[in-house]
Amino acid sequence: MEIRSHDILLVGGGGAGLRAAIAAAEVNPKLSIAVVSKVYPMRSHTVSAEGGAAGVAKPDDSLDEHAYDTISGGDWMCDQDAVEAFVKEAPQELLRLERWGCPWNREPDGHIAVRAFGGMKKKRTWFAADKTGFHMLHTLFQTSLKYQPITRYDEWFVTKLLVDDGRVQGVVAIDVMSGKIQAITAKAVIVCTGGCGRIFPFTTNANIKNGDGMALVQRAGTPLKDMEFLQYHPTGLPFTGILITEAARAEGGYMINKDGYRYLQDYNLGTPQAKPVLRSMELGPRDRLSQAFVKEDQKGRTVKTEYGSVVHLDLRHLGEKLINAKLPFVRELCMKYENIDPVNELIPVRPVVHYMMGGVSTDINGATSLGGLFAAGEVACVSINGANRLGSNSLTECLVFGARAGRAAAEFAVGQKMPNGRVLAQATDEQKRLEQQYLHKSGGQERIATLRDEMQKAVESGAGIYREQSTLSQAGNKLRELQERYANISLDDHSQTFNTELTSALELGYMLDVAQSIVECALHRTESRGAHQRTDFPERDDQRFLAHSLVRRNSDGSLKVDYLPVKITRWPPGERVYGQEEKPKDGIKQAG
Amino acid sequence: MAEKIVLEIARYAPEKDEKPSFQSFEVPFRKEWVVLDALNHIKDKVDGSLTYRWSCRMGVCGSCGMMVNGEPKLTCATFLSSYGNGATVRVEPLRYFPVIRDLVTALSDFLVKLQSVKPWLIRKDEPPLSAGEFLQTPEQLDIYKQFSMCINCTLCYAACPVVGLEPTFVGPAALALAQRYNMDNRDQGAEERLGLLAHPEGIWGCTFVGECTRVCPKHVDPAGAIQQYKLKAALEWVKGFILPRGSEDQSKEVRP
Amino acid sequence: MSVQPSTEFHPRWYRAPVSTYWWMGSWRYSLFILRELTSVAVAWSVVVTLLLLRSLLKGPDAYAHFTHRMQAPWMLALNIIAFCFLLLHTITWFNLAPRAMPVRVGGKRVPEFLVAAPNYVLWVVASAAIAWFVLRKS
Repeated sequence: MEIRSHDILLVGGGGAGLRAAIAAAEVNPKLSIAVVSKVYPMRSHTVSAEGGAAGVAKPDDSLDEHAYDTISGGDWMCDQDAVEAFVKEAPQELLRLERWGCPWNREPDGHIAVRAFGGMKKKRTWFAADKTGFHMLHTLFQTSLKYQPITRYDEWFVTKLLVDDGRVQGVVAIDVMSGKIQAITAKAVIVCTGGCGRIFPFTTNANIKNGDGMALVQRAGTPLKDMEFLQYHPTGLPFTGILITEAARAEGGYMINKDGYRYLQDYNLGTPQAKPVLRSMELGPRDRLSQAFVKEDQKGRTVKTEYGSVVHLDLRHLGEKLINAKLPFVRELCMKYENIDPVNELIPVRPVVHYMMGGVSTDINGATSLGGLFAAGEVACVSINGANRLGSNSLTECLVFGARAGRAAAEFAVGQKMPNGRVLAQATDEQKRLEQQYLHKSGGQERIATLRDEMQKAVESGAGIYREQSTLSQAGNKLRELQERYANISLDDHSQTFNTELTSALELGYMLDVAQSIVECALHRTESRGAHQRTDFPERDDQRFLAHSLVRRNSDGSLKVDYLPVKITRWPPGERVYGQEEKPKDGIKQAG
Repeated sequence: MAEKIVLEIARYAPEKDEKPSFQSFEVPFRKEWVVLDALNHIKDKVDGSLTYRWSCRMGVCGSCGMMVNGEPKLTCATFLSSYGNGATVRVEPLRYFPVIRDLVTALSDFLVKLQSVKPWLIRKDEPPLSAGEFLQTPEQLDIYKQFSMCINCTLCYAACPVVGLEPTFVGPAALALAQRYNMDNRDQGAEERLGLLAHPEGIWGCTFVGECTRVCPKHVDPAGAIQQYKLKAALEWVKGFILPRGSEDQSKEVRP
Repeated sequence: MSVQPSTEFHPRWYRAPVSTYWWMGSWRYSLFILRELTSVAVAWSVVVTLLLLRSLLKGPDAYAHFTHRMQAPWMLALNIIAFCFLLLHTITWFNLAPRAMPVRVGGKRVPEFLVAAPNYVLWVVASAAIAWFVLRKS
């Protein structure tokens, strides 16, 4: 087996990964930095983010208000020291991206323009039309090309973290093009592989989002945090699950039921106004809007279609000019994929799995409990998103915590020795495992797609927007069954060259692990908070559950859930109030 | 009649095939399906060894470009219904690229070309972050915005005969991205890039076939970008000709 | 940034040869090749124009000789064909103009046809003026 060595190794080349790589290269240009990604970096799912990136930009706004919106939006599950660091560094990071050429939308005088977003009391979302993630990712990727210390491993698929002597020492990866299995050693590893939306049948997430990093880290003995908190975005197109950005509502779109009624007023989200009101109605947080949809559906006030119930997003009153200027991608997607022109037609939408608030448990520098192992972006749980992420915080999170992890890893790497021979023995074992379990295996009976479909159905029905003991237990049992059947999969493809069936099989393995963690955490949290709603425990329970779930995998494959207190600094838990003026202000006062 | 459509898919297994051949698959004809859905149906249900790239399924990651009935297309945005029930649709890897396997092409050469145009903001000065953003009015943004929409799907390379005949040609997407930075009022690297690209494998390699612009799924207009680039290069050349040691400062001097 | 090549192991890539007749694959390619080939016609027209100017400078005899030569049937046929191709190139250039020289007024890009249109108008007016001038004399 051939071995390659670097000082710092990134797994994943999306927003967080590229930001971390650049940060490390800037801290110490002598370091050798590897970006290992299963797709070309500009294909990473950051590219699909639409609405924008939050960071205080205007004099009427303040860091405390951004922090308060984030913390109350997260139903007080956010670690407040992390949120404070986040809101403080957010504007600098967004500005840095401007310096690298990101085409942010502008005011007429040439300064950065900001837009409103759900759950935010002030306009603070920087945007590049409604292709913000696309522009950020390409800006980062193109900028990264000028850094000599960065080496890319494009289309290399990581199968294992190499751990010895209490620290991570590299990875085993398949060079997908040649099929060669190789070890790449490193003094520090930063996992930036994004989320796991593909565990669910109906998701905005790209095909590559399979929870790879979460499973890799958990298998290496490091816990995942808050995996029960999974965000449904209220506005996805039926069938495809394509996201219609929250910006459509921030620019003034209405959510209406089958009777043309703005139903959100019935769910404690304020009273309808013609113009959008911040933190109210359509600009409420995503968890509340998705939950309102389910209730509306139960009342029979949604529209039934071939692909499930829908409500409508009405942009018609915004006019063609505004839609073209601020929401061109929304129009393009509706016309291309639904044959609907939002300028004069209603857009059918329904809640769709969008974002994993939980992930690899890290501190505010992205460091995990395992030496030399860092994580940033959606794969990580710092945690700034708590029980429900606010729209436009995640792109900024990739930048702020990507940069922090990059710098921290660069510092860590300097003092470390090169990896030892024992990890190379591990790598050889991993190669044998891959060959025996997948490439040279014969006689299996289970098809990958069948298992995947069954997993998606089980998780959707057990751990959807509303959960309860019985359905969660069923899902848990089903997942255990699927894990057993997974050992019996069959591959049609035994080729060495670009074997995507092999990578799909490995991804399915990752997804099953992550799905089990989600269900296990959801079972244990017997309260309702943010995106985790238990019909059998409908109240928030701060006495018992103002704490992060930590889920570990034992060597026998069983899971163990522990709790870690939430860090509260200046904002004691309060009631989440939307659509009214007074109470959020009280919250801020208390905070002082 | 059952709703069916036939996909003729180019297959190439480098371990055993000398060259690609076609294999036919019958798939259900569904009005909401795109070509990529049909490929996924085959991979999931019929033949797991079918090899292709895809990811976002919303026309922005740029992975799933293929030749569909001879036209470069994003397969996630190409509906089966545009070919009709019972039709035969031919799916091949993007033209002019080396084929790694089945529908997967080698992109490494494109990445080298992309890097060669220095697609990043070049500055002579680097004011501190505390100095705030570089100002850019909406009008200044609009000048280059179109060229910044490239998703690197490489459909334009598959449409460009010059790429086929002269593999060293830098190509439409990379040149358009160079022009994207040239036209950005924050950038100061236009001169540097012109030196790199005003040669027969750069902008002068383009013979204005115009196909790149026609096939671009994001309306980037690489052909327009390259013609603008040529015009600028020609003007610079004329300027240099009239003012032999001519920089703009020297041109202000009055010479006898 | 550098990229790790995996050339030592990488598989056999298939490179499809470009057919000699690739340009027959679509009418757009055929049109493109036609433009490439018929640039000779443009060159020929330039030569004819230069010859015309030279004969004019030399005096009436030379001019008469030139016009006489131009009346030969094969010459007429050649020039008619060259003229047709010249039209093709003219249209190509006029349509290219707005793409190569985007015009902006008040920060907005002027629609392409508005940039191309003056070219055509000027062309028609100039042609009409010359036609009037030539036909009036004869």
